[in-house]
Amino acid sequence: MAEPLLTVENLQTQFFTEEGVVRAVDGISFTVEEGELVGLVGESGAGKSVATSSIMRLVEEPGEVVGGTVKYRDQVIIDFEEGPDGERRPSDEMLSNKQMRDEIRGNEIAIIFQDPMEALNPVFTVGSQLKEFIEINRDVSGKEAKQIAIDMLREVGIPEPEERYDSYPHQFSGGMRQRVLIAMALSCEPSLIIADEPTTALDVTVEGQILDLVDELQDKYGTSFVWVTHDMGVVAEICDRVNVMYLGEIIEQAEVDDLFHDTKHPYTQALLKSMPRPDETVEELNPIKGVMPEAINPPPGCRFHTRCPDAREVCRRTRPVYQDVSGPEGYPHRVSCVKYESVGYEDSEPLDTEATAAFGGDIIEAQGESNE
Amino acid sequence: MAPDTSTPQNIDGSDGNAVDDPQEDEFEARVGLWYTVSQIKRDPTALAGLGIVAVMTAIALFAYIDGVFLDYWFAQTFWYHPNRDPAQAEILLPPYGLTNQIYPTEPGTLAHPLGTDDRGRDIAVRLFYGTRIAITVGIVSTGIALVLGTLVGAVAGYYGGWIDDALMRAAETLFAIPFLVLVIAFMAAFGRNLTYAMIGVGIATIPTFARLIRSRVLSVREEDYIEAARAAGVRDRNIILRHIVPNSFAPVLVQATLQVGINILIIAGLSFLGYGAQPPTASWGQMLSSSRQYLLPDPWFSIWPGLAILITVVGFNLVGDGLRDALDPRINN
Repeated sequence: MAEPLLTVENLQTQFFTEEGVVRAVDGISFTVEEGELVGLVGESGAGKSVATSSIMRLVEEPGEVVGGTVKYRDQVIIDFEEGPDGERRPSDEMLSNKQMRDEIRGNEIAIIFQDPMEALNPVFTVGSQLKEFIEINRDVSGKEAKQIAIDMLREVGIPEPEERYDSYPHQFSGGMRQRVLIAMALSCEPSLIIADEPTTALDVTVEGQILDLVDELQDKYGTSFVWVTHDMGVVAEICDRVNVMYLGEIIEQAEVDDLFHDTKHPYTQALLKSMPRPDETVEELNPIKGVMPEAINPPPGCRFHTRCPDAREVCRRTRPVYQDVSGPEGYPHRVSCVKYESVGYEDSEPLDTEATAAFGGDIIEAQGESNE
Repeated sequence: MAPDTSTPQNIDGSDGNAVDDPQEDEFEARVGLWYTVSQIKRDPTALAGLGIVAVMTAIALFAYIDGVFLDYWFAQTFWYHPNRDPAQAEILLPPYGLTNQIYPTEPGTLAHPLGTDDRGRDIAVRLFYGTRIAITVGIVSTGIALVLGTLVGAVAGYYGGWIDDALMRAAETLFAIPFLVLVIAFMAAFGRNLTYAMIGVGIATIPTFARLIRSRVLSVREEDYIEAARAAGVRDRNIILRHIVPNSFAPVLVQATLQVGINILIIAGLSFLGYGAQPPTASWGQMLSSSRQYLLPDPWFSIWPGLAILITVVGFNLVGDGLRDALDPRINN
């Protein structure tokens, strides 16, 4: 297999707050191949957005990337090494902030932000913002940049781009603004675009149009995408491969068909059950019970065991290993669940959890008979 | 579609941009220069202020042109009139049609419509040239404070951390020293003239602007478009100048307009104390200063410059208040 475009290994980002250290991203690993559309799925608070801004090194105080490696082609975006005193510190190979700004951001990796209403500067025309980004990231004159900007606006389906070039963001609708943001990301010809829930703020018809547009543009430009979303429907529609995140960890990773038809992790199963599907008729949707625990103090063992319908005693004690459970052929299907390990899951006592018993609030120790 | 789409009024969502949904006109934000201007047009007091400021600025401009290019044509015509030899000038003449203690029976004449001062100089002419100084010092000193204060506040707010601490503590130190003492100390160190008065007042008011813009920057820097700019590889300098400052500027603009009036007053006060314009330069504050000995025999001498200062300062304050209302969406309608 060719060298992947983006490799993320054991990335860790923590927020140092007054209440304690929040492990927002706790050792995630994934890769993005050339021309691939990789999904990053999870509930709110799973650490998806922090993961993407960590990759761009845009995490702000009090947050900090504290470990792991991120490689883009042969450039090292993040790398940590152990110093002589045992402290982890950034290695020398890591790009400087200036290199990061001049060589990576915008021209190699671009971001499309979640809220098109907020991601455009309200005091400048759409065209001048587009032109600014093009001038920064591509070696062209102002006139050429304007022409490229107009062409990009046309490309993403803005009618009469010459006139709309001089419009202000507030004169655009939400869908139009999202198109402008896509134009902005594409106009600098990056090889990778990180789309941070780009359709969450849009209604479904516009969402559909945007997804079609992205599909079309991806075919044309061959750009790779990391698509952050909490919408399994969107994942099914556009992603090639999916990473499911829960509480700062990736708990399952597979090709999109594998994930939907051969779901391994109980969390992914629960996610799929909680979503309406056109191919199944259900009386009632089945939401995931409970709320995600705080990343400041994650539960011991498997992090999902507090809400897992299949949780057993062993889940509380054993930290699952993130391993490949696929057959000999095909793309690896990785999952971290003790069900697929030989640590005595079968013999373990079922555990009373938020998903099994009707109780809210804190985790109560399993006592007496279980409802399972 | 009409080529001019820059004014919000032209957006009706019906032509050309109906791709997604035609609800664009509901998004019409209350921003932009034209909207602000149209709001001010509906506000009679702001309009009056704007009128005063416009007239004063026009007079100042004319006085400047007259002084530099026309060799004081105005003063020559109205004061060095052949029949009015400065050597025989009558001092402390009352205004036209009125009397004072020195001339209890002879009302003033049209030759000196506002009367003369203690050296027989025409007050109207001196007021005229004084406008130039008042407007210049007001705008220049505010400009200094505006530019430096905006930079300091924006940099402090954007970077935060120790940079913020260092800059803002320095600004607060400046704030802690009594204003007039600071300016007078500054002029004692550098020299007593109008230029240093303007610079001194400008520097002393930096904290006002720095604090104001910093508080806005703290919220603007969290906006998505700032992160979008960072993600696109825009340099910090450009982020601050192009993205942060324009979005934080509205309250600063209001403060600047009010500050022009305040600074005119302060520098008139400095001139009154002898720290501003030096004689024989005609400045309102200095006219007030020399008139204070003649308050009883000729009150008109002090009334005119006082009135000029009052009207100008009120004018700037009215514009400032009007701008604040126009820029604050909560007050609209």
